[in-house]
Amino acid sequence: MALPEQKQTLTETRLSGLSVPEGGWAEPARRDALARLRAMGLSTRRDEYWKYTRPDTLTAPEPEAAEVFDDSDEPQLFSERNGLKIVFTDGVFDEGASDALELDGVRIDRLAETSDIHWARDVYGVLEARGQAPVQRPLAAFNTAFATDGVLIHVTGRPSRPIHLIYRRSGNAADAVLHHVVKVDAGACATILETGPAAARLNSGMEVEIADTGTLHHVRAQGRDHERRAATHVFARLGRESVFKSFTLTANGTLTRNECVIELTGDDAVAHVAGACMGDGDFHHDDTVFVTHDAVNCESRQVFKKVLRNGAVGVFQGKILVQPGAQKTDGYQISQALLLDEDSQFLAKPELEIYADDVACSHGSTSGAIDEDSLFYLRARGVPRGEAEDLMTIAFIAEAVLEIEDEDLQSDINDRVAAWLARRRT
Amino acid sequence: MLEIKNLHVKLEEEDKQILKGVNLTVEAGKVHAIMGPNGSGKSTLSYVLSGRDGYEVTEGTATLDGVDILDMDPEERAAAGLFLAFQYPVEIPGVGNMTFLRTAVNAQRKARGEEEMSSTEFLKTIRARAKDLKIDQDMLKRPVNVGFSGGEKKRNEILQMAMLEPRMCILDETDSGLDVDAMKLVADGVNALRSEGRGFLVITHYQRLLDHIKPDVVHIMSNGRIIKTGGPELALEVENQGYEHLKAEEA
Repeated sequence: MALPEQKQTLTETRLSGLSVPEGGWAEPARRDALARLRAMGLSTRRDEYWKYTRPDTLTAPEPEAAEVFDDSDEPQLFSERNGLKIVFTDGVFDEGASDALELDGVRIDRLAETSDIHWARDVYGVLEARGQAPVQRPLAAFNTAFATDGVLIHVTGRPSRPIHLIYRRSGNAADAVLHHVVKVDAGACATILETGPAAARLNSGMEVEIADTGTLHHVRAQGRDHERRAATHVFARLGRESVFKSFTLTANGTLTRNECVIELTGDDAVAHVAGACMGDGDFHHDDTVFVTHDAVNCESRQVFKKVLRNGAVGVFQGKILVQPGAQKTDGYQISQALLLDEDSQFLAKPELEIYADDVACSHGSTSGAIDEDSLFYLRARGVPRGEAEDLMTIAFIAEAVLEIEDEDLQSDINDRVAAWLARRRT
Repeated sequence: MLEIKNLHVKLEEEDKQILKGVNLTVEAGKVHAIMGPNGSGKSTLSYVLSGRDGYEVTEGTATLDGVDILDMDPEERAAAGLFLAFQYPVEIPGVGNMTFLRTAVNAQRKARGEEEMSSTEFLKTIRARAKDLKIDQDMLKRPVNVGFSGGEKKRNEILQMAMLEPRMCILDETDSGLDVDAMKLVADGVNALRSEGRGFLVITHYQRLLDHIKPDVVHIMSNGRIIKTGGPELALEVENQGYEHLKAEEA
């Protein structure tokens, strides 16, 4: 079926002047992705999947400028975790600021490397393409086609340090397209940290292939810049007895859409995806998650908490799809918003679609204010109102933060949230 | 210490007068008990004194050591030395009991211009106090009151009281929902805190609790007023003859 004219115009306008990076092992995958993108067209507000979030600033030819947030005088998040630093400035690998790409138990290459990297060929654009059904994700196809930088991480053992991807900004109007590929071998285990806003507009993708019994921990904080926009995709495919745990903290940002697409393809696999966001004013945050159970006795959890004030908007679209035969599935999904005033908004669309008869799936969604009884209890013990509200807010997001396995990383995130709240207390 | 004069209180949202002229003075070192039937205004008195929203003081005063507390925020009253042991302690998921207590202790100290309690000192103190109340480490680590039994919640209230060392303690039906052993444990905790500089106001329906926490003065409250004041024998009179008899006597 031909695209509606409006969609075709939008897509071709965006593509004009862009060309798929040539040469190298990834070029065929990029050309396939471009073909996929042309066939589906870029997203518009009329698409059901974009009902609650306007995609226009993400699909426009040029990004809107966003002032660079200067936090250089503060300790950087996760700086005490001794990660292998891989720095991107405005979406471009920054060799001078990065550590050598060498770490025990892992091999790291740049996406821009043209030498053939066999394993990456089997993943790059492959998981993204699988994630295009039943729902289209045009920005992800765009990402595969045009990503200019990123890293290929092949985890073969148990690296002694986390891999820390750091996204810095220098220009007010940078438009970054980053794509990372992660492959975790059987029995291997790694932690990937991501911090920073990357660009005025970021389109990022991460494809994660976890072999049987492999484990990947992923903890991300998307930076504090106010006007930035981001569309991110994480695609993960899990083998037997593998584990994937992903957590994202978003503080500020005019527009963020984080999509996460998980396929549980081996028995007894575990996938937890969680997020906490803090929005004040001009803030629109969308978590869109799709978990497919296609094996026996797998566990998935989606835990999303949103703290919203001054007209901030939170969106959650989360789905658990249990395929025929995926018996003993244990699926859990919760999305909750703490509305700190009457101007803020939370839009939630929780979905379950189940084709197996021996499963346990639960979902829940709530929005509400801080509990007055609890607040009075804390104040009656001498805790001032502001501090009591902060304590309650941190308690509210705790369920999501606790999805991070490493307690040091949990406390890094909690400290960041506490500082965000303290700055807003008057 | 705590001086309540001609206190009139109505509900903020509706035109309903709850307290109709309460006069009461609790001296330092003394334990006063307030007894009374359901709906007499006992709990309202405790909430108004601790600063809960939803009540409007239409007349009268309440002072702690001569300072008017009715215009203070709840946290200011707490820092001034007032403590309410809740009839229904609130569950706060996500906030650890220890974190909560340390935050409270240090917030009060800060408000009074005192130095914060160090982690070591805090841990040492709380372990000792918890042990006296048979509160185990697990209860200290769990979120505030979440999954606690009725007895555990009330013991946790007394632990907070012991840690915060208030000058004026109000116990709102601390005996409700307690079995005999739990009541004894709670009463022992309260008795351990009795001292010359500290006043207690114990609100209860039943004389039972007063067997364990021996009051110096007993007040009977009915229909928003204190209708009779006496010694411990007054509690026994209530136990034997009920409130109707006293109400009739007043009329």
